[in-house]
Amino acid sequence: MASDTGASYGSTLRYKSVERIKAVGKHSLIGASGEFSDFQEILRYLDELTLSDHMWDDGNSLGPKEIHSYLTRVMYNRRNKFDPLWNSLVLGGVKKGPKGEEKYLGMVSMIGTHFEENHIATGFGNHLAIPILRAEWREDMTFEEAVKLVEKCLLVLLYRDRSSINKFQIAKITTEGATIYPPYSLKTYWGFSHFENPAQGAVGSW
Amino acid sequence: MFRNQYDTDVTTFSPHGRIFQMEYAMEAVKQGAATVGLCSCTHAVLVASNKPASELSSFQRKVFRVADHVGVAFSGLTADGRVLTKFLRNECINHAFVYEAQLPVSRLALRLADKAQVCTQRSWKRPYGVGLLVAGLDETGPHLYYNCPSGNYFEYQAFAIGSRSQAAKTFLERKFEGFNKYTPEQLIKDALSAIKETLQGEKLTSSNCTVAIVGRIEDGTAEPFQVVDTKRIQAIIDSMEAAEEAPAEPSSMQEEDKGSDAAPMDI
Repeated sequence: MASDTGASYGSTLRYKSVERIKAVGKHSLIGASGEFSDFQEILRYLDELTLSDHMWDDGNSLGPKEIHSYLTRVMYNRRNKFDPLWNSLVLGGVKKGPKGEEKYLGMVSMIGTHFEENHIATGFGNHLAIPILRAEWREDMTFEEAVKLVEKCLLVLLYRDRSSINKFQIAKITTEGATIYPPYSLKTYWGFSHFENPAQGAVGSW
Repeated sequence: MFRNQYDTDVTTFSPHGRIFQMEYAMEAVKQGAATVGLCSCTHAVLVASNKPASELSSFQRKVFRVADHVGVAFSGLTADGRVLTKFLRNECINHAFVYEAQLPVSRLALRLADKAQVCTQRSWKRPYGVGLLVAGLDETGPHLYYNCPSGNYFEYQAFAIGSRSQAAKTFLERKFEGFNKYTPEQLIKDALSAIKETLQGEKLTSSNCTVAIVGRIEDGTAEPFQVVDTKRIQAIIDSMEAAEEAPAEPSSMQEEDKGSDAAPMDI
């Protein structure tokens, strides 16, 4: 999972070192876009949930599917009360089931729409990143290949989404656990000839 | 157990720290028809002996499916058992609705135990007069729990409750160490043998017992909780009897010896 580390306040890019992807329990990652304070509230709910699950200490633990379902219920119920949590949530995880390792990736929207897919994106990612992922995703990618693909998407979003910033975080979840890598930037290229003297060929009244 | 001045309601302790109403509730369990449960490391089996109220009536149903992965069998006031089964089904459904996953058996047993405990601490309630054997499968494997009217619950490898259950327990105590390696078929056989001990000479047939099984087969697929078909049970009973009769003479001598050495059966 990857996201940038920016949080805006209207059109102001107010916070630039925000972690938008967090580990949940032993088996999942949650990433969010939208209202950051609502995301913090959701993290609090998940904390309570995973804590009581952990306290059982009975060998059972909540997997990504259970957490996805739970969040769907929360989001949908809030929507029905006309008081939504204004987020798009991405839930990913890996859990060992009786038939082997089961990978899971899904999303929940602020109105409770939820589904499971091999590639998920929020906001502008739906329009810019998903087509790239649909064309180039394969079931048997290595972690390095996946990072490269995700960076390709992030770069497009950086160029074209004005609310994105050039500081990203990648997060990985496997049966061994979750890793959230430190933030880093991507190299961008702005040396196009048209940017040098943008008004050169412009048709204008003065 | 004799009547005394501390047994009027469940909110009174005796000077020795006992709550008699609770113990009387557990007596109700002992009066019910026998029920046996066994666990291996892949399957859990429940067997209930069916006692009709009279020759004209059908027998009381005591084995119920609670969810695909869990079922119960009970002894005692079966009406209380039915109501608790409805509660258990509700808990499983609610959990499945929110989490789209099966409620782990230990957590279900706890909720049942907490509900039973409430009835031991309210002056306007009475304890549930039924003991439940909860058998189910979750991601940590098959489990068998016994829930008491007192609100206590324990996990068991094998257990028997109800009238003449001590005979079944004695049988199970001899054999339980090998249960983990049993196939589902062997588990059903031993469960039937255990129930047979409680029948005290009456013949075991597929019409006077109900068998249910839940578990996971080798490739990881779960077999949902279901009552085993009477034809299959009769076939298993027949094969058990054939195995007993086969070594005819030596076994009849052995049985006589066993008769004098065996512990007296508790009634």
